[in-house]
Amino acid sequence: MKFILSNTWLLFLTAFLVVFPLAFPLLSFVNIVSEMLIMALFAVSLNLLIGYTGIISFGHAAFFAVGSYTVGIMLQKLSGSLPLAIPSVLLCAMIFSGIAALVIGYFCTRLTAIYFSFLTLAFSQIVYAVIIKWASFTGGDQGLIGGIPKPPLPFFGFPIDMTSPFSLYYLNVILTILSFFFLKIITDSPFGWILRSIRDNPERINFLGINVKRYQIIVFIISGVFTGLAGGLMALHLSGSYPDHAYWAKNAEPIFMIMVGGLRIFAGPILGSVIVTELSAYLSSYIQMRGLIFGGILVLLLMISREGILDVLAARWKAIKKANL
Amino acid sequence: MDLASLFNCLASPGCILGQVIGALIIAMVLFLVASGLSLILGVLGVMNFAHGCLYMLGAYYTYTVVAHFGNFGLALLLAPIGVGITGVILERFFIKRVYGLPDLYQLLLTYAFILVLDDMAKLIWGIFDLSVPVPGWFRRPPIDIMGTLVPFYYLFIMLAGAALVLGIWFFLAKTKFGKIINAAATDPEMLMCVGMNVPLVYTSVFALGSVLAGLGGVIASPLRSIVPEMGNSIIIESFIIVVIGGMGNIIGTFLVALLFGLMRSFGILGFPFFELAFIYILMAVVLIIRPSGLFGRATV
Repeated sequence: MKFILSNTWLLFLTAFLVVFPLAFPLLSFVNIVSEMLIMALFAVSLNLLIGYTGIISFGHAAFFAVGSYTVGIMLQKLSGSLPLAIPSVLLCAMIFSGIAALVIGYFCTRLTAIYFSFLTLAFSQIVYAVIIKWASFTGGDQGLIGGIPKPPLPFFGFPIDMTSPFSLYYLNVILTILSFFFLKIITDSPFGWILRSIRDNPERINFLGINVKRYQIIVFIISGVFTGLAGGLMALHLSGSYPDHAYWAKNAEPIFMIMVGGLRIFAGPILGSVIVTELSAYLSSYIQMRGLIFGGILVLLLMISREGILDVLAARWKAIKKANL
Repeated sequence: MDLASLFNCLASPGCILGQVIGALIIAMVLFLVASGLSLILGVLGVMNFAHGCLYMLGAYYTYTVVAHFGNFGLALLLAPIGVGITGVILERFFIKRVYGLPDLYQLLLTYAFILVLDDMAKLIWGIFDLSVPVPGWFRRPPIDIMGTLVPFYYLFIMLAGAALVLGIWFFLAKTKFGKIINAAATDPEMLMCVGMNVPLVYTSVFALGSVLAGLGGVIASPLRSIVPEMGNSIIIESFIIVVIGGMGNIIGTFLVALLFGLMRSFGILGFPFFELAFIYILMAVVLIIRPSGLFGRATV
């Protein structure tokens, strides 16, 4: 309870997300906010590694794709035979991406720094190659086309029609907000503080008798599980899974969100997702130059501030508080 | 799986020779890109994500030079120089500012270069595949070696490649400049103390690495179609080679590039679609047994 009260911003966010579509049922709002939330979950999960633990995964698209394809393939193959089809496939998406994260993390955490990053990238390329080449199972470079069936979700005897974008929106809101709460609890726990100290001084933490590699693998798996959930939700949102989800350029988006929003503050990637998703919707007519614009902004950010919006604001806030004491 | 065709090939010397030559061609291009990557990583400590883009630019510059002057020899000279200049611009104006900062910023910066350079290539040269014809003086009847027809251009690549491997090795191991580069990799501060201009050494190493990647692009341009994404797969392959071969080890890089080429050209016969799996398995095994790479000395 105390925890919930100390994170009032998440409660306000939830209240707004729940109430706004009830008052103004706009399809465009529901669509873009779903995308923002899903990408925010991707970015927050990734930031658990980048911002909190200081290990940079460039291969998280692999878990996003595992989640996405798990949901897509299972729903297409099972369609309707399970009473709780959607929640069960989302759970499977989390389990499978967790297993993938265990295997990939086991190898990658043997290396440090840039080697770690590139190895994660190499593994995500394997996932991409498997998706492209195993066309009979994954649909190859076309992706899973033909739509994903969304069986109704029984809710106290009332089946909820999941094909409606509004019910899908509420599913996204519930699951992403719950994940945010869960991840926030993790980052505020002793476990989360050990992660921060690994980021700041891994040697010292090692000398204190803490198994750095084990913590890195655990956080890698947690991050992979929630990235997989984000991928699964994205498959439902798009009603399809595409090899693009595993392509390494897909990694650029959450990393960009983290950089824009702030990497030392939990809510940073969420703000980043709102800004970047809105920006890419705005830029969709310049799709050819997306990389140029995003890359250009990223270079500028790195040359000028190296901090996201919330990092800067938090530093200001601390300075003001100090001055008032 | 198609083991029969693999065994059929292994039974005939001509087929083996053909596959080995194919492997050598793959290995040469990979070696050029990977050795530049390895050099920059070893000396500057920067993992240059955009190294594949420099390779891509090498191919596009070749296309432009050949389209304007119709002379591949000129492209062989001009395109690597152009890529070298591009590399110097990137290093002087951008990468220089992130030396010594956490890895995140170096990775993100060179990653941002990929986004920018890929799109710039699309804007300048278009999104469609381009191709460079095999240069005129190589267009003569292929040579018949044990029943295998070997195109003349392949022979040129193999000879030029062998010369380059020896040349780079000699340059790094035996010349004064090579020794300065080694010193900059080991102890840049000490090097500065003895009066060397270390930033200049860094820039020249980056330029050299870029020229090597560009050269890879030039050589590959008559063999492969030129697309903006061509750098994205080679950068990962090159990285794997650097990991297995050991950072900064030119001979190790070459041997692993060769192994990579062999695995690919023979693997595609026996296990089409899965030929790349071997190299990943090899990488996983190497990482478990020797995290510093097969030929590496320092611990990573």
